[in-house]
Amino acid sequence: MATVALGTGPTARLRRSVRPGHLTTASGVGLGVAMIWFSLLVLIPLSAVVVTAAGGGWTGFWSSVTNEQTAAAIRLTVGMAAVVTLINVVMGTLIAWVLVRDEFFGKRALEVLIDIPFALPTIVAGLVLLSLYGSDSPFGIDVANTRSAVFLAFLFVTLPFIVRMVQPVLAEIDPEVEQAAASLGASRFTTFRRVILPSLAPAITAGAALSFARGVSEYGSLVLLSGNLPFRTEVTSVRILSSVENNNLAGAASVATILLVISVAVMIAVEVLQRRMSRRG
Amino acid sequence: MSIEINGVGKQFGDFVALDDVSLHIPTGQLTALLGPSGGGKSTLLRIIAGLEHADRGRVQIEGLDATHLPAQKRNVGFVFQHYAAFKHLTVYRNVAFGLEIRKVPKQQMRTRVNELLELVHLSQFADRLPSQLSGGQRQRMALARALAVEPNVLLLDEPFGALDAKVRKELRDWLRRLHDEVHVTTVFVTHDQEEALEVADEIVIINEGRIEQIGTPDQLYDEPANDFVMRFIGPVTELGGRLVRPHDLELVVTDPGDGHYGTVRRVVRVGYEVRVEIQAGAETVLVTASRSQFQDLGIAEGSPVWVRPQRGAMSVASSQKIPVAAG
Repeated sequence: MATVALGTGPTARLRRSVRPGHLTTASGVGLGVAMIWFSLLVLIPLSAVVVTAAGGGWTGFWSSVTNEQTAAAIRLTVGMAAVVTLINVVMGTLIAWVLVRDEFFGKRALEVLIDIPFALPTIVAGLVLLSLYGSDSPFGIDVANTRSAVFLAFLFVTLPFIVRMVQPVLAEIDPEVEQAAASLGASRFTTFRRVILPSLAPAITAGAALSFARGVSEYGSLVLLSGNLPFRTEVTSVRILSSVENNNLAGAASVATILLVISVAVMIAVEVLQRRMSRRG
Repeated sequence: MSIEINGVGKQFGDFVALDDVSLHIPTGQLTALLGPSGGGKSTLLRIIAGLEHADRGRVQIEGLDATHLPAQKRNVGFVFQHYAAFKHLTVYRNVAFGLEIRKVPKQQMRTRVNELLELVHLSQFADRLPSQLSGGQRQRMALARALAVEPNVLLLDEPFGALDAKVRKELRDWLRRLHDEVHVTTVFVTHDQEEALEVADEIVIINEGRIEQIGTPDQLYDEPANDFVMRFIGPVTELGGRLVRPHDLELVVTDPGDGHYGTVRRVVRVGYEVRVEIQAGAETVLVTASRSQFQDLGIAEGSPVWVRPQRGAMSVASSQKIPVAAG
């Protein structure tokens, strides 16, 4: 995952300079076990999806992904995941900042509460959202069957990613580095932008990638509140499920393949971005 | 540029870090703030830099009241014990940081940064990241970074404290030479008396939030204001209830009339120097002599001997305030 890039620049460069093809027995066995495990759990199922998608032939694949309803679902899912991730970049960093830098009453409680979206089964989250923002909302906020419902559900389940990635990195930053910047004439904003943010950037991008991937794959938390209206609030995971229910396995796999391609593309983009940031500084 | 400190006080909770400190630091000198850990010297340095604010009193830098000026506006260079390097920036960009903030034109900036890298012997490392440098190199980079903005004063907080003994000694000599070249008013904090004696033009001894004495290294060594200063700078021993330097004492084998009688308890030879411990009544007196002096006396452990201060020896009344911490 993209998280390994946290240890930036020089170590990565060192690692690459080690000559490949020279493994000790122990590391050979380790590598073998890791590869088998990874293949069983990730590579083979993913290949199966691609193979199933290909089973319908190119035309079958093309017609399922260009199907207007499917295309609308993909647009909604990817677009919403992107918007939510951007919001998380700002809010997640802010929350991490408050948790690390400020002392306030209830800080420990907030620390624990941040993880609730992780810990809660997503369908429970869906129920909570439905009872709070559904037609019987105690606050009079009814977003049921609208895109806001999708937005809200994405925000809820992806909240902890960036907070949790940024928090430890921020806690590690030496306050003297900021004081050094201040004594060199940098304002607090400049110090944040030029000294702190570059240190946090790898963590933020890694968290953003996770947040985006989670958004794209979300199902449980939004299925109750969004109403799953075709062309309006139907997301790809719901679309895939309905394809499966209609016995259109190849169609479901085709949509899944598109999601897979998008996710891999995002991961690669994040990795490239991280490399560039750690080099440029 | 001179620094004027007037009645500065600072408390952290119940702990009094500085208690009504007044001090004048003259232009162009290398001044050491010396004292035991927790004595308030770092706090004073940080107050001068604006990284900490005094509860009471005033700070003037170059005749300008800086008491309420934020660190950004004071134009001081600050060097931290643990380098405080910008880890994501190259050595070059670290040094250029202050100039970039001041929006110095590119060409001028390049000239200045290269000049400084030359000065701190890091030219060939300009494109490295701080993590690829040794501790000593990182601290030189931090020094170049602080000097880049042409600060009114240069402040160093235990600058060599994190380095090993050999590098520390090299950097110390180098700082002295650098200061002779650059001539910026420099204040550095240290708890190492040898470092202060070797490098500084003037030493300010700070203990328990107060200034004990201000003077040149020679003045502090030869005319300590009190027993604390005497104990803190250089070796001491006690004879007849007074503090004296062990090398200011002499041993005599026949009663001179004005000596303290005792017996030799222990003899330790360290290189060119012989350390003799004398039990004189309730006191254990330490006397140091050269090897040949000691051999001329012809004494050994258990021998009776008289101890007396040499002519012109300085001594200070002992108040038993602090246990001996010589060396």
